[in-house]
Amino acid sequence: MKANGQVKLEMKEISIAFPGVQALSGVNFQMQSGTSHALIGANGAGKSTLMKVLAGAYDHYTGTIELDGEPLQIRKPKDAKDSGIQIVYQEVDMLLVPNLSVAENILLERLVHDSKDKTWVKWRKIHRDAAAIMQQIGFTLPTGKLVQELTLAEKQLVLIARAISKECKFLILDEPTAPLSDSETSRLFALIERLKKEGVGIIFISHRLPELFQICDDITILRDGKLVISAPINTMDQHQVTQHMLGTQLGGQFPQRTPSIGELAFEAEQIADDDKVHGVSLKVHKGEIVGIAGLVGAGKTELCRILFGAAPKKRGSVRMHGKALQYRTPHEAVAGGLAMIPEERRREGIFVDEIVGVNLTVANLTPHTSMKLWLNKTKERIAANSMIVKLGIKTPSEKTMVANLSGGNQQKIAIGKWLLADAELYIFDEPTKGVDVGAKRDIYNLIAELAAQGKSVIFASSETNEMIGITDRMYVMYDGKVAKELVTDQTNEEEIMFYSTGGQA
Amino acid sequence: MTAKVSKKGINWFDFLYKYGTLITIVILIVFFGVATDNFLTSNNITSILRSISITTIIAIGLTLSLAVGGFDLSVGSTASLANAVVISMFVWHSQNMLVSILVVLVLCALVGIINGFLVTSFKIQDMLMTLATMFVIQGVAQTYTRGATISQNMIMPSGDYAPGSIPALFGQLGKAPWIIIIMFVAVILVHLLLTHTKYGRYMYMIGGNSEAAKLSGIPVRKYRFIAYVLAALFAGIGGMILAARVMTAEVNAGAPYLMDAVAAAFIGFSVLGSGKPNAFGTFVGAVLIGILSNGLIMMSVPYFAMDIVKGAVLALALGITYYKRKH
Repeated sequence: MKANGQVKLEMKEISIAFPGVQALSGVNFQMQSGTSHALIGANGAGKSTLMKVLAGAYDHYTGTIELDGEPLQIRKPKDAKDSGIQIVYQEVDMLLVPNLSVAENILLERLVHDSKDKTWVKWRKIHRDAAAIMQQIGFTLPTGKLVQELTLAEKQLVLIARAISKECKFLILDEPTAPLSDSETSRLFALIERLKKEGVGIIFISHRLPELFQICDDITILRDGKLVISAPINTMDQHQVTQHMLGTQLGGQFPQRTPSIGELAFEAEQIADDDKVHGVSLKVHKGEIVGIAGLVGAGKTELCRILFGAAPKKRGSVRMHGKALQYRTPHEAVAGGLAMIPEERRREGIFVDEIVGVNLTVANLTPHTSMKLWLNKTKERIAANSMIVKLGIKTPSEKTMVANLSGGNQQKIAIGKWLLADAELYIFDEPTKGVDVGAKRDIYNLIAELAAQGKSVIFASSETNEMIGITDRMYVMYDGKVAKELVTDQTNEEEIMFYSTGGQA
Repeated sequence: MTAKVSKKGINWFDFLYKYGTLITIVILIVFFGVATDNFLTSNNITSILRSISITTIIAIGLTLSLAVGGFDLSVGSTASLANAVVISMFVWHSQNMLVSILVVLVLCALVGIINGFLVTSFKIQDMLMTLATMFVIQGVAQTYTRGATISQNMIMPSGDYAPGSIPALFGQLGKAPWIIIIMFVAVILVHLLLTHTKYGRYMYMIGGNSEAAKLSGIPVRKYRFIAYVLAALFAGIGGMILAARVMTAEVNAGAPYLMDAVAAAFIGFSVLGSGKPNAFGTFVGAVLIGILSNGLIMMSVPYFAMDIVKGAVLALALGITYYKRKH
């Protein structure tokens, strides 16, 4: 690590496209070493992509990267590292070798790259060097401990230690505080302050606005792959930041509906798993669409899974029409009138190696059997075909493998199987994730129709425009708790984003 | 997309994938029929079916565990245990047939319950968990027989001859036609269960994507549990038929059937392009192995070289199945 004079990092006119998406278009970014810079944007704004470009994860971008006016050729991770740009990704477990020690993980790259003509490993030197690096960042971890025995926060430290074990002028931290407790976060911030003093430039990606104001000097806001603003952070407040993140959104894709909200149907009280969900209470009436807003990692998915019995709950109770519901598995939850469309469609929602028809009847097979035992292929085919027509699923026939359909049509199937099952409460977890615009509109219409039939709907999404567009009422989650309950007609996206990012009224 | 390709002409790979195993069997029958004198006699065909029946019955149980995405490696040991216990019930304890068979079935159900409990309660791969129980059950069977063969008129530790005898009716179960009939009943029952009932549908869904099955409201644990109990029961039936056929209980008599059963079930994946474990395919897999063994013996290939051919056929079948899955 060098602590020489200030260095200026510049990214100019960075553009990159992936099949079907222009992820970044002409983004400029600049910062000085020895400062900390916040990089933020809504989901899909391109902040992680921009940092991956800087870290050499892609080689097909256009634009230039300069260090003190000298152009850098960064096309692969090693280029970035050799230029002193280190990144700590969000997915710590993918970058660590769990069955090796802390010392080996910190010095992993040195062990791999710099030991070509050395046959023997000098264990004492490795542990001594690793301990020295840990000391440098002000933490102590037993260097002989296996990484699989560490907490998430400690794993992150190992990665930071690995990053600064090499020459480090700029350190990118992608959502580093998401898994951390408050005390761990403050220790991380102390470390960031120390690194800044030593001349390291910190790029800090986070959804939590309050902490950005706490430790960052400058802020860059992206939206839809474009630069919105880059300025010293003290020239802005949290409301302005959320406005810049959202911009003005296009409307028109949501169905017009006149909600007819009936009696109270579903009640959950003080639901907690003591990990990602800490005491959430909510109510859903008949015919009502209730949103669960919040950013990625706020605990929405975990809450949905607990409500559906797919994840264990430590505390809390659930009532349907005033009667207590007891269930520990989705099987029992379904019997209680619940249905869930999970977030991870391919892994959790559909059976890709089965045909459309089989996928559609899986949640409620008995009506398509004879004597409640023998599969009745005719009944199945009729039910499947009527659902294909009803949902507008684009498939050659009900005998097509689901693997061959597009994401939007797969999602319609994941929803369709529950329409055949006829539940009372439908839980949608990010139902439009990775779905094209046309299919999105179909899905919104379908949800509106469910509500019109008097069903209760829970709609979890991190897209604030969906909250405004489709829900009647919403709970905004932050850090596993309900930060605020909002009535859709009396709120706006800025307010949702404000509470989602930890704002307090 | 694939539909468009196949319209342009016969897709040879798909054709081979679907019918390769059956074509291989036909080619082998023709080949052995021409090359040897008495391959195609009714006696020899009966002999082939008889020789594969125990493998098939055990493999059918294994197929059920595969259908839910599991893998019951303990079926061979369970067959050994059933073999030892049923003979000992006759020879040592002079029990009648009904009691003896019931005792064995209850015992095997117990084995299945233990397996089912272990694989559904711990996040350990089924194959590793049942590898462990395979050793335990094998050890239990050996301990029970004190590491010796049980047979009629054997000399007991007291110095007397063993009191009981094996009923002639029981011996009939190990001879044609009964042994073959039992095999076909097992194949047909499991085929009906897996492809024509909702329970079979659920089992395949669990095998295809257990997380999605769980989130579709299928009681995944229950069905995985049942699959292991059924696997153990079929292994037990296989073990008893083996006992009826040889009329003794050799040490670890069921063990050699495990690998043949695994081979039959996996060859079965590729039969008619199903790509998943299925009862009919398992039967075809067993037939393929049986024809190979029988024909090669008739052509005077030494028995000790047989495993080379068996392994090669399995590698081919697996290659086709997994190649298809990737593409």
